[in-house]
Amino acid sequence: MSGGGGPSLMDSLFQRTLDDLIKGIRLHLPGAAQSSFISKSLDEIRREIKSTDSQTKSTALQKLTYLHSLHGIDMSWAAFHAVELTSSPSFLHKKTGYLAASLSFRPSMDVLLLLTNQLRKDLSSTNQHEASLALECLSVICTPDFARDLTPDIFTLLSSGKNSIRKKAIACLLMVFSQYPDAVRVCFKRLVDNLESADNVQTLAATVGVFCELASKEPRSYIPLAPEFYRILVDSRNNWVLIKVLKIFAHLAKLEPRLAKKVVELICDHMKQSEAKSLVFECVRTIVSSFYEYEFAVKLAVVKIREFLLDSDLNLRYLGLQGLLLVAPNHLWAVLENKEVVIKSLSDVDRNIKLEALRLVMSMVSDDNVVEICRVLIGYALKSDPEFCNEILRSMLSTCYRNVYEIIIDFDWYVSLLAEMARIPHCQNGEEIEFQLIDIGMRVKAVRPELVRVGRGLLIDPALLGSPFIHRILSAAAWVSGEYVKFSRNPFEIMEALLQPRTNLLPPSIRSVYIHSTFKVLSFFLHSFLLPGKGVNSSLSNFVDIEPGFTYSESEQEFTEIDHATSSSGLNKRDTFTQEAVVNMLTLVITSLTPLAESHDVEIQERVRNVLGLAQLAQQEISCNHDQKEKMVDKVDLKTSIIIRLINDALSEDFGPVSFSAQERVPVPNGLVLEENLSKLDSLCADVQLSISESFSLVKPILLPTDGDSISNQQNEEESETSPAESMSLLAEHRKRHGLFYLPSDHNKNASSSFPPANDPNQRDNDVEDLVKLTEESLVLKRKPSSSRPRPVVVKLDEGERLPITVKKTDENDDLISGAVRDVLLGNEASLRSSNPSGRRKGESHSKDKVENSETGNLSKRRSKHRNHGKNVEDKEENSEKSKKKSGGRHKARRRADGGIDVAVQKQVIPDFLL
Amino acid sequence: MIHFVLLISRQGKVRLTKWYSPYSQKERSKVIRELSGMILSRGPKLCNFVEWRGFKVVYKRYASLYFCMCINQEDNELEVLEIIHHYVEILDRYFGSVCELDLIFNFHKAYYILDEVLIAGELQESSKKTVARLVAAQDSLVDAAKEEAASISNIIAQATK
Repeated sequence: MSGGGGPSLMDSLFQRTLDDLIKGIRLHLPGAAQSSFISKSLDEIRREIKSTDSQTKSTALQKLTYLHSLHGIDMSWAAFHAVELTSSPSFLHKKTGYLAASLSFRPSMDVLLLLTNQLRKDLSSTNQHEASLALECLSVICTPDFARDLTPDIFTLLSSGKNSIRKKAIACLLMVFSQYPDAVRVCFKRLVDNLESADNVQTLAATVGVFCELASKEPRSYIPLAPEFYRILVDSRNNWVLIKVLKIFAHLAKLEPRLAKKVVELICDHMKQSEAKSLVFECVRTIVSSFYEYEFAVKLAVVKIREFLLDSDLNLRYLGLQGLLLVAPNHLWAVLENKEVVIKSLSDVDRNIKLEALRLVMSMVSDDNVVEICRVLIGYALKSDPEFCNEILRSMLSTCYRNVYEIIIDFDWYVSLLAEMARIPHCQNGEEIEFQLIDIGMRVKAVRPELVRVGRGLLIDPALLGSPFIHRILSAAAWVSGEYVKFSRNPFEIMEALLQPRTNLLPPSIRSVYIHSTFKVLSFFLHSFLLPGKGVNSSLSNFVDIEPGFTYSESEQEFTEIDHATSSSGLNKRDTFTQEAVVNMLTLVITSLTPLAESHDVEIQERVRNVLGLAQLAQQEISCNHDQKEKMVDKVDLKTSIIIRLINDALSEDFGPVSFSAQERVPVPNGLVLEENLSKLDSLCADVQLSISESFSLVKPILLPTDGDSISNQQNEEESETSPAESMSLLAEHRKRHGLFYLPSDHNKNASSSFPPANDPNQRDNDVEDLVKLTEESLVLKRKPSSSRPRPVVVKLDEGERLPITVKKTDENDDLISGAVRDVLLGNEASLRSSNPSGRRKGESHSKDKVENSETGNLSKRRSKHRNHGKNVEDKEENSEKSKKKSGGRHKARRRADGGIDVAVQKQVIPDFLL
Repeated sequence: MIHFVLLISRQGKVRLTKWYSPYSQKERSKVIRELSGMILSRGPKLCNFVEWRGFKVVYKRYASLYFCMCINQEDNELEVLEIIHHYVEILDRYFGSVCELDLIFNFHKAYYILDEVLIAGELQESSKKTVARLVAAQDSLVDAAKEEAASISNIIAQATK
């Protein structure tokens, strides 16, 4: 075909047909060759489609439609040509035009306006096939404008003598209603008529289909129609219709218990007699979701479910499990009865069935059987493919965490379960396990010794370090071992585990946790060695009371006076920690960490230097005194001792959980812009820094006289020694200023809703005490955010915020529809008594004439009203106010009469229809 | 209601798409990609339902073609399976033991038949005979139009325009 110019006769005569195009595409290999062929064909189509010959145009459009629907080629540019063809007198071309329109038109296209008249013409055509083309197209591309303009035509077709047209018109209504709720006022009566006239199964099916969709959105409005649906349920022999009616009753029965009583036996009859599995399953679903109070019906349904479960057809087994899932919330016995089948389904060949089974198993979990079920599930997880294995682990973790470990009684067991999960080869739930390990450590005091034991098990296994998925869990284990080292039987072993060479496989963020844990272990170790008899927690009781301006002599005095009977240390330190052990440990720490002091990762570098500073100081002093063993009694006076004591005081503070809303309760100070760059932080924190330097000067006089070390050492000392002092004054300062933002001690009253405590009441009390003492130590500060980071609840909060918005959006239109339905339904029976939510009823007056006159007299007003549907409620009300004024005083009296939203009135009306 | 109907070949080629709920072109191709990946990878003799983005997709394989329909969670899966079978039977009668090639070369007819079976995402005609009768009547209208267009006088009229 020669290029240039418009389409010629030659083009028309030698145009490629659709067959040619398809064959051509099939000849070319997928890829470059094919796409170049397609773009060549598109060029041809662009030329041909402009032809004045409608045959040529039609073929071109058909080819384009083919490319659009099967190859995803854009054809919006040809929309005008499609509209042109719909008006062709030839049925073939009209059909092609409509097919293209229904497949490619979008609500935003301007060209749609051109189609309105053609649609109207075809809808009223005497040729039923033309009308059905128009209806089919309208059912797909219906816009508010179409719906508004064509409502009268569709209304006419609702009583068409030709069933094939009538059923299509009925089906179309659903689209029209959703786009233009006021159409309900016009068409609803005839829709109901179609429900009542049972002359044709297809129109009845279409009508029931429309009601089923409408009732699923807003069931209440359709309760008055219950007698009709009941009649259909009794009379109809068509399964498609029965299924829809059952769905309608499932919705209605939830609102009207008396209705449930009437239909439940009928449904049971269908369930017993029907051969069609689809109908039986629908009966089952209806019973278990809406009629679960009727014991006999549920029993029958469960029998049917069991039949499904034992069927060889996988589809039925899947549905059987779904049925059980629906029964579970109200009748757990049904699930327990079928426990074996469910458990067996966990190893089904079909992943979908396995997932359903897993959900069911999870629905069975309670505090009695959680141990047993988890044991079974772990077994399945080990056998399953990685994907399903993680699915199992995920659901176990989330189920156990539900309501803050509501169902867990034996935490020792749960902690070891977590460790077991970590060792499953495919485990990819590291984050969740990490979170729970730390979370449990903070919440449940009693489990800490077990936690440390479990953590040790994970840490000392060098094999685990090789798997990146487990790193997060190891991080939790390291933190736990450091934080609760006092429960450890052998801190030396933990130290070795933390410093093992393979830790270089860890990412820096986790490695710094390891290093920080070594710091904690080391300080605990030194404390037990240098200050035997002093419990690690010795300072806990009076720590809170320390004022910012305290001196060391004071606190020291206090420490020595304290009775340590309550010390919870798990070992007798004097026996275990010999001088040699301490020296060994210090050597170990120094040799392993020294290379890291130059690490490029600041986090690691800083922490390593802290540890090294402490270790080197201690090493010097302790080896100095090595010869004069009798002098070791004076260990208490060593500089190291003082530092260690301070560090331990700082470290021995327990962390408690912090309320999710704690941060929100912090009022934003005047002049603080949270989005701003943090560089201004310095000025904000000026007062805090001041107190640091104060405590600094307090410390120095004590330390300096005994100091005979090198400068570098001195610096290190300062680093390590200032931290506790700094932290304490910071802490006190902080508490003074922000104390109210921590969970208050009457935690149960205030915060329980936002943060339910762990289940043991005693532990909870302890936790509450801890919460009061909550600290923000500089030494451990960095651990805290990371431990609370993976909390899934944060995500949930976001969802909660999003959800209402979307609900509101969908509601609005449904509201309009159901409001209109109510008006029509109750308007017939109870005329003016009908309820009228919001002031939007002023449309009713037109709607009554609208049937006869479809002119555009009221159009502009209706259009303006229509636009509101997309906007928010306020706008709508405002607008209706306006149009109220517009519509003049004609309806004033009326409006006043039904001004109030009156659900009660409606409720009185409904029962009359029922019984 | 049915949100969309997809026909996908075993090789992942789209053979028919009909959307009853609004999806943009971008979403459409994403949906097709996701679902064909999900459904084609499932082995034979598994159950015919997959969960997908809060919806359910009911699919069934006939020879080399997968017929997929997307429905709401609370819709009846077995019913939709019957609808799929219903459609396939009608196609089979119309084309006389239908095969993938029939649907490729007569893609528009596959649409017209589907439009007689479903409308606005609902089943509209449960009688195969009625559908066959309506489709045949439309075909004869089309043939009449074709004959007229192919007549010599029409071609001359076009040429001398």
